[in-house]
Amino acid sequence: MAQIFHPSTNTLSRLSIFGAAFVVAALAWAAGTWSRSSVATGVGVAQQQQVPFSHKHHASGLGIDCRYCHTAVEESSFAGIPPTATCMNCHSQIWVDSPMLEPVRESFRSGDPLEWIRVHDLADFVYFNHSVHVAKGVGCSTCHGQVDEMPLMWKENTLYMEWCLECHRQPEKYVRPRAEVFNMNWETPTDQFELGRHLVEEYDIENLTSCSTCHR
Amino acid sequence: MLSGYMTLSTRATAVALGVLAVAGSGCFEQDMANEGRLKPLEASEFFEDGMTARQPVEGTVARGQLFNDDHLYRGMVDGALAETFPFEVTADVLERGRERYEIFCTPCHDQIGTGNGIVVQRGFRRPSSFHVDALRAAPAGHFYDVMTNGFGTMPSYAAQVPVEDRWAIVAYIRALQLAQNATDADLGPQDLEQLGERR
Ligand code: HEC
Ligand code: HEC
Ligand code: HEC
Ligand code: HEC
Ligand code: HEC
Ligand code: HEC
Repeated sequence: MAQIFHPSTNTLSRLSIFGAAFVVAALAWAAGTWSRSSVATGVGVAQQQQVPFSHKHHASGLGIDCRYCHTAVEESSFAGIPPTATCMNCHSQIWVDSPMLEPVRESFRSGDPLEWIRVHDLADFVYFNHSVHVAKGVGCSTCHGQVDEMPLMWKENTLYMEWCLECHRQPEKYVRPRAEVFNMNWETPTDQFELGRHLVEEYDIENLTSCSTCHR
Repeated sequence: MLSGYMTLSTRATAVALGVLAVAGSGCFEQDMANEGRLKPLEASEFFEDGMTARQPVEGTVARGQLFNDDHLYRGMVDGALAETFPFEVTADVLERGRERYEIFCTPCHDQIGTGNGIVVQRGFRRPSSFHVDALRAAPAGHFYDVMTNGFGTMPSYAAQVPVEDRWAIVAYIRALQLAQNATDADLGPQDLEQLGERR
């Protein structure tokens, strides 16, 4: 019976066994890079909405406090998205003819809620709570970035588990005085480590890293 | 021979599919992670109006929500606007009032209550200053009532500001009124000293 494989295939098969290791490594690297790319995480990608609501305009331009609209952020797990009526507090008299605001007026007339596309959306199997972070001195900008400079909303961080844990392991690197939580221009002071350790003690902050903290 | 080859190729296809499935799952993960549980305000396909958040059946009164304290909830005492506060005004209440006033009222009424906030500067109707005689004489209940039910072009703030906070804001407006009309005689020695440094 004639040989099916030429002797050179021996080398070829050895080479491919050797090469497979690199292929696997390359695949792993590609997957890792992909999962951290902005395409996969959505970090830094501005979200178009049916009404081009600008935090830059309202928060830094007009100086409106986050809590004027996100009223629940201090008391509840959910920060809250303002109802149409909140927009109409001002837009009943301001920019009343602007076509940009037509969906807002339409929603106010009909009572159908405005639909906003979520920018931050944790998996359903993760539990998150705003009020505890606000109460323990984690600023909005630590997680959401300079919201008051965003014409359209984008995600500043991946919201991956490793990102949550990075802070839960060492909260002293990030916490600030409670009074500064809503300050969008807070900069990490040079003595953050000392300040952080002091605040961790004062606010009684624990390192919550057990799985059941977030998966319950 | 031939069948063995076939098997091999089927196995290879299976492995290749498996690899693809693992690699591909990354893309679909987010969708699969967002199926069962509805978050607050998420749209729902189940209910006709598309809203997850349900309204209680009309006429429902939840425990602790009878709201039968006229003074606290409506700013009324014996059918007239209340002159007094429903709870004691402490330094903490005033501080809370300052914070809430600055969040919800400064956009129009400005920091000291003269009615020239930034939204007014951009074209909203200008409200009266809190320091005119009529408003200095107005009962505390009037301010509470305006926040609760709105006043002319000013919308109600009942949905954004809880009851206790509304009273705290009233207390702070009273403090602003006192401060804007204060004379040296109203100040303690420490305040006078501080003021002296600036004068
Ligand atoms: C005038 C009302 C208003 C004010 C003031 C305001 N927001 Fe918002 N915010 C909105 C609306 C409306 C949306 C939904 C549309 C969007 O995503 O841009 C939103 C969305 C967001 C989101 C993204 C939610 C998501 O979909 O994941 C974050 C984060 C946020 N706001 C943070 C802040 C912070 C921090 C401040 C204070 C600096 C602030 N907002 C002030 C109205 C407001
Ligand atoms: C406290 C008052 C206030 C509230 C509340 C408010 N706005 Fe505005 N908004 C303004 C003012 C004032 C302007 C015009 C800014 C200017 O003239 O510089 C404006 C401008 C806008 C514009 C024009 C585009 C731009 O930013 O230049 C849009 C769109 C808009 N607002 C959407 C909204 C939506 C949606 C809401 C509700 C979530 C809302 N606003 C709530 C005061 C407000
Ligand atoms: C510890 C990090 C962290 C801090 C601090 C934080 N947020 Fe968030 N925020 C998140 C995450 C994570 C989500 C997504 C929650 C989800 O998908 O369920 C979110 C979602 C939101 C949303 C969308 C509505 C919601 O609750 O899901 C708004 C609005 C918002 N944040 C505003 C704020 C404001 C205003 C502050 C400052 C007081 C703040 N956040 C502070 C992490 C944070
Ligand atoms: C920048 C710092 C920081 C980041 C980022 C952060 N956390 Fe936290 N988290 C804290 C601190 C501080 C506490 C308070 C710990 C305590 O109560 O002692 C906390 C507490 C919690 C709690 C406990 C709440 C309760 O009711 O027991 C949960 C749940 C939680 N975080 C979830 C998350 C999740 C999920 C993420 C990522 C999406 C996240 N956190 C990101 C700092 C952070
Ligand atoms: C501080 C909050 C927090 C803690 C503590 C935490 N996780 Fe997570 N976990 C998350 C978040 C947020 C995600 C969602 C990540 C995403 O969407 O990619 C997640 C996702 C996961 C996933 C799914 C991974 C995936 O790619 O879909 C698993 C499995 C998991 N966690 C297991 C654990 C285990 C085991 C522990 C304890 C050792 C733990 N987690 C502790 C926040 C946490
Ligand atoms: C969007 C702008 C706006 C905001 C924000 C606002 N107001 Fe007003 N307010 C007005 C206008 C305009 C009037 C005058 C209404 C009229 O005469 O038609 C007014 C009137 C009033 C009056 C009645 C004055 C009188 O003549 O009797 C009081 C009291 C008052 N506001 C208190 C408040 C308090 C307290 C807050 C914060 C919770 C607040 N307002 C927030 C615009 C605003």
